[in-house]
Amino acid sequence: MSGGTIARPTTAVPEDEVQRYNFAERAYHWINAIAYTYLMLTGLAIFTPLAYWLAYVLGGPATIRYWHPWIGLIYLATIFWMHRMWKRDMQKIPEDERWSKNLRAYAENRDELMPPQGRFNAGQKQFWWVMLYCTFILLITGIIMWIPEKMPRELHWVLPITVFIHSATALITIAAFIIHVYMSVWVTPGSVKAMVEGHVSTNWARHHHRLWYEKITGRRN
Amino acid sequence: MSNGNLEIKAISGHNGKSAGNGVSRDYDVCKLIDTTTCIGCKACEVACVEWNGYEFRETTFDNTYQTMPETAWNFWNLIKFNEVETDGGLQWLMRKDQCMHCEEPGCLIACPADGAIVQYTNGIVDFNQANCIGCQYCVTGCPFNIPKFNEATKKVYKCTLCSDRVGAGLEPACIKSCPTGCLHFGSKEDMKFEAEKRVKQLKSNGHDNAGVYNPGDPNGGSPGSIGGTHVIYVLGDARDPEKYGGLPAAPSVPFFVKAWKGPLKWLGGIGIMAGVFGVFMHYVRFGPKEVDKVEEVKR
Repeated sequence: MSGGTIARPTTAVPEDEVQRYNFAERAYHWINAIAYTYLMLTGLAIFTPLAYWLAYVLGGPATIRYWHPWIGLIYLATIFWMHRMWKRDMQKIPEDERWSKNLRAYAENRDELMPPQGRFNAGQKQFWWVMLYCTFILLITGIIMWIPEKMPRELHWVLPITVFIHSATALITIAAFIIHVYMSVWVTPGSVKAMVEGHVSTNWARHHHRLWYEKITGRRN
Repeated sequence: MSNGNLEIKAISGHNGKSAGNGVSRDYDVCKLIDTTTCIGCKACEVACVEWNGYEFRETTFDNTYQTMPETAWNFWNLIKFNEVETDGGLQWLMRKDQCMHCEEPGCLIACPADGAIVQYTNGIVDFNQANCIGCQYCVTGCPFNIPKFNEATKKVYKCTLCSDRVGAGLEPACIKSCPTGCLHFGSKEDMKFEAEKRVKQLKSNGHDNAGVYNPGDPNGGSPGSIGGTHVIYVLGDARDPEKYGGLPAAPSVPFFVKAWKGPLKWLGGIGIMAGVFGVFMHYVRFGPKEVDKVEEVKR
């Protein structure tokens, strides 16, 4: 099981390449990515006056206040579906511990020191669980912030705590988001193609996700 | 704004000194509410609704002399009524509830919208609905439960201390309507003086616990940390403001509002910029993992 899910090809895979994400996975990822980006930018606009100009760019301050929670629900729905698709691949495997211990070598591109990884490496798994738990916290606090007028006066004392937690949690996701985008767009060429077109080169698969590569191809090298 | 900026310096053809010239004037304004002389007539409630041009909304009767449970988006001035038992007696406590116009306004601190809340140098804290985004963070920051949300317009409203009247040199509408003289309006200094005078009088009449409610004023205020208010009370029993319709004994801007608008905002902003710069420097130092090229060489 450690190799991970095999993505069934939905389009023709070129020679010397393997399918990495099927259409549903890509679609949910990008709907989620667009929703998250909107939430991050509108959230930052309301979080700090330094970013308030974003509110005007994105349609006007009152408009973003109206849409932020609704887009949040779209984000939530896609997170839910991604979790259903990927939760098995996100489980810890024995190699993950050594991977995390050698994180420094990974960051310095000395990948020969890294243990073989399944469909997702230990870092991607950590990113996933951080985003999932943060989404849960953002949901609970976000609902309260959406309709504070329904809150009885006796419970108003939770409002400042709620806003604080919502902001702090969002900042954690932004830190994770920066690393995620940086890793995929700049550090591991081929990742964006994997998430847009669905397939990666066999070299890419073997190098980054050896256990998964061995499972889907049945090859040993 | 008061008409202090229209102070006369010279008058043509005028015999002698021009009136008021050379006399320093206090610029900040204050409303003094003497709860001991309030009879609960609600004239101020009516005057407020009328001046601000709202329809008189429906009231809630719950066996007291209070018009409704709390102020509303179109009802900014409410006489709170409380029945309190004393040693062998009964007291009816009336307190005019409205925005306190804090020197350190929690609403303004919490508000994210550029220009939605302004504080004038005369102390008036005013909402500008054109810039309000309806997030209700002001509700989160207010220790007095004053800002109220209108679900139709998605904006928040509250007492303006009649900034439009005060700007034209008039007293607020509630002051104008009060028949017992329990409401006073003037400079903060004068109102504090009047309040202390009244407290002294009350004490000499046997009301030993009388006092002024002016929370957090650095120049001798009651407990609290909001830097004083531009609405102050004379309370017959200042030991327990809570019994006057839930007046907080020591109001403050909530700790988490300050933590969020202070350290978290700065750490977050610096953190994001440092993060983006950090990954950029990582790329400059280590670059990408070029698997295709590298593996081909190995083979």
